[in-house]
Amino acid sequence: MTDTDWPLWEVFVRSRRGLSHTHAGSLHAPDAEFALRNARDLYTRRGEGVSIWVVPSSAITASSPDEKDPFFEPAADKPYRHPTFYEIPEGVKHL
Amino acid sequence: MATAAAHQTARTHGNAGQEGGIADETYQRVFDATVAADERIEPRDWMPDAYRATLVRQIAQHAHSEIIGMQPEANWITRAPSLRRKAILMAKVQDEAGHGLYLYSAAETLGASREDLLDKLHTGRQKYSSIFNYPTLTWADVGAIGWLVDGAAITNQVPLCRCSYGPYARAMVRVCKEESFHQRQGYELLLALSRGTPEQHAMAQDAVDRWWWPSLMMFGPPDDESAHSAQSMAWKIKRHSNDELRRRFVDICVPQAESLGLTLPDPDLKWNEERGHYDFGPIDWTEFKEVLKGNGPCNEQRITQRKRAHDEGAWVREAAAAYAAKHSPRTEVEQA
Repeated sequence: MTDTDWPLWEVFVRSRRGLSHTHAGSLHAPDAEFALRNARDLYTRRGEGVSIWVVPSSAITASSPDEKDPFFEPAADKPYRHPTFYEIPEGVKHL
Repeated sequence: MATAAAHQTARTHGNAGQEGGIADETYQRVFDATVAADERIEPRDWMPDAYRATLVRQIAQHAHSEIIGMQPEANWITRAPSLRRKAILMAKVQDEAGHGLYLYSAAETLGASREDLLDKLHTGRQKYSSIFNYPTLTWADVGAIGWLVDGAAITNQVPLCRCSYGPYARAMVRVCKEESFHQRQGYELLLALSRGTPEQHAMAQDAVDRWWWPSLMMFGPPDDESAHSAQSMAWKIKRHSNDELRRRFVDICVPQAESLGLTLPDPDLKWNEERGHYDFGPIDWTEFKEVLKGNGPCNEQRITQRKRAHDEGAWVREAAAAYAAKHSPRTEVEQA
């Protein structure tokens, strides 16, 4: 098996306790255990993380960039979901 | 999928910690130090069984409150006075469903299962906030709920954004951001009624009269009678006592009521210069306990409606599963 046959893994790093894991990048590895070790060496060489998740890239289903507009359009015409939509008299605090 | 795997290991990891006494002590020390340093506990960390159980109970109760809370307001969607108000109310009720889902997911990071939590709600083994056992009699109640009930919820939830359990704290950040619109739409609605015809003004006042005291009860029993408070504060799940949050809420509401041109139904309510807070009258805890026991005006209706919605939605879940099975690639079908 050559290097290029290894599956692709997406790497998610939690930078510190209390924050969610965020996507850092990807890498190739023969299995999950290797992916985790490689991810540590590749993405957290300077103490960037306290926890890593690796996920096979093939397991990720992504929304299509071509459909971005129709896909997210339903939220665009609903300004009333934002607090700034409402008129509150001046001087009223804690709202 | 990554999350599911992480949760799975969280459970395994947690159990491994239970085996040896010495290992347990070390784990306990790490846990205590993490909490003491004001850092967050994350799903894969070892945690005391009682901490896990307390969080599952609290997060589940919080999640249940969000989805049961959809009912009193949904009651008015079809009768909203304008298309604008109807769209707003639908968006709000939809948000409450979303908040329930964030919270159920947070509970699942602790090893709880969604099905089990719903079953406990349906059979009365887990509770939801007693506020939702009161009826919404008029349109003004939608405003009073937004202003007072969501206002009290925000007062409770803002400190929970710093709760010691990471997934719960992160869910609360999302929830609090969204609650802001809920509270403001309620205030705006009440203001419109208060400045409207005498009948509309009276309707707004009546709603505030009925929702004020139950809203104060949302903070839970007084500190000296609160069963779980001390331990939850020590674990930094809870950051402020029930009475402290209640006082903060009253202090915020009094000037807001004045701006609305409405009064709060408490003759004892007055500014105490010495304490720097408003004094308020005694809360009827007998009523609170009765509602909690199941004897509120709407307890039975809420659970019956919830179970009916769940049962009547079964075909949707089945259809979705059948559709997914039919459209899944051949290999996955073979594996299944």
